Amino acid sequence: MLQHLIVLPVVLPLLVGASLLLSRSSSPVLRRTISLVAQAVMVIIAIALVAQAGDGTIRYYALGDWQPPFGIVLVLDRLSASMVLLSSVLAFFACLYSTAGIDETGSNFHGLFLLQLMGINGAFLTGDLFNLFVFFEVLLIASYALLLHGGSKARTLSALHYVVLNLLGSAFFLIALGILYGVTGTLNMADMAVIVTTLDPGRAGLMEAGGLLLLVVFGLKAAMVPLYFWLPRAYAAASAPVAALFAIMTKVGIYSILRVYSLIFTDNAGTLADLGRDWLWWAGLATLVVSMIGVLSARDLRTLVAYLVMISVGTLLTALGMNSVEADSALLFYLIHSTLITGGLFLLVDVIAGQRGKAGARIVRARPLLQAGLLGGLFLIGTAAAVGLPPFSGAIGKVLILTSASPEQQIWLWPLLLLAGLCSMIACSRAGSSIFWRTGKSEPSGDRIGLARGIATGGLLSAALALVVLAGPLSNWTRATAEQLSNPAPYLEALLGKDASPETAPPLKGDEE
Amino acid sequence: MTLLLIVLLPLLGALVPLMARNLPRGRLAWLTAVAPAIALGIAVFHLGDVFAGQTPQFHLPWISELGLDLALRFDGLSALFVLLILGIGLLIILYSRYYLSGEDSLARLYSFLMLFMTAMIGIVMADNLLLMWVFWELTSLTSFLLIGYWYQLSEARKGARMALTVTGAGGLALLAGILVIGHIVGSYQFDDVLAAADQIRSSELYPVVLVLVLLGAFTKSAQFPFQFWLPHAMSAPTPVSAFLHSATMVKAGVFLLARMHPILSGTDLWFYIVSFTGLATLLYGAWFALMKQDLKGVLAFSTISHLGLITLLFGFNSQMAAVAGLLHIINHATFKASLFMAAGIVDHECGTRDIRKLNGLYRYMPHTTILAMVASASMAGVPLLNGFLSKEMFFAESLDAQLLGGLSWLIPALATLGGILSVAYSLRFIHDVFFNGEPKDLPKTPHEPPRYMKLPIEILVLICLLVGILPSLVIKDLLVSASASVLAGPVPEFSLAIWHGFNVPLMMSGIALAGGVGVYALRHHLYSFQRQFRARNALLVFEANIQRLVNLAERSMDSFENGSLQRYMLWLLLTALLFVGIGLLAVPQLSGEFEQQPFDAMLLTGAVITGLAGLGTAITHRKRIVSLLMLSVVGLMTSLAFARFAAPDLALTQLAVEVVTMILLMLALFFLPQRTPKESSARRIMRDVLLASAFGVVIASLNFAILTRPVESISDFFMANAVSGGGGHNVVNVILVDFRGFDTLGEITVLGIAGLAIFKLLNRLRLFMPSSDLDGRSWSPDRHPMILATVSQTLLPLALLVSVYIFLRGHNEPGGGFIAGLVTAVAIILLYIARGVDWTQRWLRFPYQPVAAAGVLIAGLTGAGSWMFGYPFLTSSFGHFTIPVIGEIELATALLFDLGVYLTVVGATLMILANLGKLTTPHRPTKEKS
Repeated sequence: MLQHLIVLPVVLPLLVGASLLLSRSSSPVLRRTISLVAQAVMVIIAIALVAQAGDGTIRYYALGDWQPPFGIVLVLDRLSASMVLLSSVLAFFACLYSTAGIDETGSNFHGLFLLQLMGINGAFLTGDLFNLFVFFEVLLIASYALLLHGGSKARTLSALHYVVLNLLGSAFFLIALGILYGVTGTLNMADMAVIVTTLDPGRAGLMEAGGLLLLVVFGLKAAMVPLYFWLPRAYAAASAPVAALFAIMTKVGIYSILRVYSLIFTDNAGTLADLGRDWLWWAGLATLVVSMIGVLSARDLRTLVAYLVMISVGTLLTALGMNSVEADSALLFYLIHSTLITGGLFLLVDVIAGQRGKAGARIVRARPLLQAGLLGGLFLIGTAAAVGLPPFSGAIGKVLILTSASPEQQIWLWPLLLLAGLCSMIACSRAGSSIFWRTGKSEPSGDRIGLARGIATGGLLSAALALVVLAGPLSNWTRATAEQLSNPAPYLEALLGKDASPETAPPLKGDEE
Repeated sequence: MTLLLIVLLPLLGALVPLMARNLPRGRLAWLTAVAPAIALGIAVFHLGDVFAGQTPQFHLPWISELGLDLALRFDGLSALFVLLILGIGLLIILYSRYYLSGEDSLARLYSFLMLFMTAMIGIVMADNLLLMWVFWELTSLTSFLLIGYWYQLSEARKGARMALTVTGAGGLALLAGILVIGHIVGSYQFDDVLAAADQIRSSELYPVVLVLVLLGAFTKSAQFPFQFWLPHAMSAPTPVSAFLHSATMVKAGVFLLARMHPILSGTDLWFYIVSFTGLATLLYGAWFALMKQDLKGVLAFSTISHLGLITLLFGFNSQMAAVAGLLHIINHATFKASLFMAAGIVDHECGTRDIRKLNGLYRYMPHTTILAMVASASMAGVPLLNGFLSKEMFFAESLDAQLLGGLSWLIPALATLGGILSVAYSLRFIHDVFFNGEPKDLPKTPHEPPRYMKLPIEILVLICLLVGILPSLVIKDLLVSASASVLAGPVPEFSLAIWHGFNVPLMMSGIALAGGVGVYALRHHLYSFQRQFRARNALLVFEANIQRLVNLAERSMDSFENGSLQRYMLWLLLTALLFVGIGLLAVPQLSGEFEQQPFDAMLLTGAVITGLAGLGTAITHRKRIVSLLMLSVVGLMTSLAFARFAAPDLALTQLAVEVVTMILLMLALFFLPQRTPKESSARRIMRDVLLASAFGVVIASLNFAILTRPVESISDFFMANAVSGGGGHNVVNVILVDFRGFDTLGEITVLGIAGLAIFKLLNRLRLFMPSSDLDGRSWSPDRHPMILATVSQTLLPLALLVSVYIFLRGHNEPGGGFIAGLVTAVAIILLYIARGVDWTQRWLRFPYQPVAAAGVLIAGLTGAGSWMFGYPFLTSSFGHFTIPVIGEIELATALLFDLGVYLTVVGATLMILANLGKLTTPHRPTKEKS
């Protein structure tokens, strides 16, 4: 079974999810148990995958036994393994949270949730561009369904924007794939990376068009300015566990950019080398600016967290634009931190809203909270981590990114990133002060956080400290991951054999140090 | 290791009050004091080493990637501050126990205080600049909690936020400064940075570093123009003010000046920025300390003034001035903390802090009065008290400052002015409050506080006296070793005597004392002078600015994210257009190597019809039914084009999909408004036409460029291996179910989920249903026309037969599970249309969701089946079997997979269509069943 481990993050949620969908009338307890057990197993599988990838070898799994470049492959390296573990952990806690009742406010929650996870994991593992498209579709449509979960006018409206924009994105993805396939004749990313080094100027131009169009698609997923419009309302409207799981959705876009561009448009790609990095840099900075205005404008805790997600997106895109091993390593650390923390914050905000009566998550004066001390403490830790205040994880991630910038980049990055931190600090302290301190006189009421929701929320937010304590080993891991990415030759060799890597192979970026 | 304990013990100590919160307050206080007391013991234990000139260090690697290590040092400067923090901290713990009323949670205060203490100790002991920053920001965060301790008060909440914003922003600047230092030096380790001090000072980045670091120091130490947050931080409970806002946190800024002194000082830039800031702060604070009517306000501004004095001393760039600065740090901490505590007692016992009401308290609390008098005298710089020593040194140093050339005499003159004001407000603090007539309508009748509430003040006042009278004995060792770390070299010889003979500094002290008395006597004239200025409440100004910022943000976001999907789409389209355009511009020649194919009349006609139909769809979009018909023409032409270019599978699929889509759209049409208003302005239509044309041009060019270029693709492999490897002659189908079966598995999952999503969407939707058309004609009552019903019923078995046929032959000839599924679905839908939901559901009792789910499961399990034979997921196998009647057929596992596809397509398609159809009938779901 061990050799099939790589495909399990896709197959397991698919089979369990489809089984859960077989009947709509089975008992909630049964469904919850099955779903939670499956998610827990997923976490264990993901840990095993990380352990496997830890030796630095790149492994692949040829579906249908059709070898690359002809068949579809799933590829396990440090990056894909880390992303699968991250999504599994996040999904486990989000799912645990849902079992406190949200899962029963609509139909088919757990089945859809697992299928969404399948889509996310598939996107992280696949080594084939068309297959990536398929998994984008899976996670898009599943997330659309989950977004509607529980139903409400706001959800239906924001879901419409979400799905229409993303369907147009899917169309662009197809067009881009058409171009890339038309030029290279392959869909396997490794194969494409080899062929791209041999293109004549005409084909290289077409490749550029396709590659940049792909950037639009990934940028849309990642919520890059000016393609981010679907995010704030959708995230603010989604039910808590769904919003928490969505914390990794923007990261799918970031991951795809990292994967595709570091593999295909490398220094070997001639005129196509480092395609799109400049755009990413400026778009990332623009995203930072828009999201820092957004975070100040938030009138609602959920919107606030949504814009905190946007700030993390801006930070990550900018780091992608910096295009160095250091920056890649830093952005991976920051990615892990921001996924877990913003996910946890979405859950926390839901608990808070549940104790504030009609005021809900709106940042207005309302009754005191039932568990003000506990929730206030978690809110402080979560937002301080998201803002980037020490001693929490965000500070480490942010400083890693700040230090990885080159002197020319620092002039732009430092003021904007620090300013974004200041704006979010102002916004979060205002929100926290309104909600926990400026309370009215009426008696506290609402639902206590309870065990399941407590473990889920606390579990995710504990990353704020855990990632700091483990920052040493973790940053070593992200560093090794970034180095693995910066040198695609072993990847190409693993998939296509010895003679595959282009003759003009190194100098590669990793060798410069 | 023991060094680490000094930091860790208070951190653990933060948990103690939380766990012991139900104990009596006295016990709680004692328990809380245990951890810092042990830490203090450890610190004292290390003092011997420090005095001997050693620097105990502790080093634990942490994040090598960042150069951030858990490195601690205990040099003279650290020792001085650790003693202050822990010593005064312990006194504060004792004092708070009496200060806080029973309603306030003492445990919470203690817990925050201990966290704060940890952060402070971290700052002063950090041996790594980044680590220092970590603790630096932690003090901002914990002080936010402490200032907001009485969160019911609006003042406290706003004061806390303002302090956090200002000091937090300063912290960010400090971070940037430290990172630049790291960039220059290549390490954040303090010893490395110290060794590279010359390199930093000569670097062209030096001004940047200096400004950023000083921004951090000045915001924290409330230096002008950032002084405004400190007075409002006084809404914290008085023990907090005594600890944070006099003895420790605000000292973090001057600590930073001291820490960076050997690295950054010695330049003209340092002198100008630091000394002018210090001087301005000194005078500004002193003036307002004299003007304030709130007891804590007086102390707050005097603190600002004294911090300015210390800053000024560090700005002088002279060794003795730095020594004087350190001495004043100690002295100020002792007398100001005791004054705050005395003010707290007055507040506690009288219920007010308004100086205009507080008079003549001497008769009610003589003991407290004497303590306050001693402390005040020290603040004023009266001989025999510690304040006198440092003030004397300050005056001496001000005489030596020469950088202003001919205007250098201004510095001692202004220093003396500061001294005068300082004497005046000290006098005011004593005379106005404790003497000067009778108290006016106090809320409470004052009396002496509990015995132990005064103890901390007594201890501090005793220190003031001891240092003042026996300076060499009490303080010299500590001061010398602290100076050694600040100067990073030999300490100049200095004498801490009280009497240096008649000299200029003594004369300045004399002028300050006499002048101070004079100013105090004339204070009412000064008050009336100050009244001419409109009082500005910094808190309100700050809040208004923040509010303005937030309003601006809200306005810009509301206009940027205006909720218009059209706008969002426009951005997306423009971005895509730009990016693809950039690529196209890089293509030197559009047409490739292929010869262009001949163009016949049929092709031309097809292209023209497709184009016109597409155009028609857009033009007639307000007449939806016509538009829909036009769209169906496009669909039909597309499938014809597939057929023409030898892709029968695609043609069949396209046709089937087209039928289903049209039915779906017709159903949806029913719910749309019957009359479509003209919504777009001419300008907008123009814009959209341009955009659409641009897109058309770009996509057409791309297509042309790609189709005219030959490419060696993986499809050749598929062609060659379909029969041998996949066991099928229909390559398209073999690709779908075998070569790229994994994609298909994903796509049928998408289809299944889409069905569920639409179910979820429609489930709760309540739509308006028109009963008649626009002109008032009601819809035809003949809902289920006879002919259609008969035909559809007859067609059903036939259609099912056809789909079975298409399904089975799919592996070798055009067909397959996907098309077969669509055909089946269309047949059943026809039945729905003809017979209505009631009838159809009675006769066809199969639930769609389980069918779709089962389809996905069958396909998935087929894939997993290959594991049993040791092959990867979805590996197919096939063989030839002879079946009676039908003859020899080829059976492949791919067929089972295709069955999954078939079921999913039928289930999902019907789930979508039937659910939408049901909306118009009494069967519309009213409440979602789960």
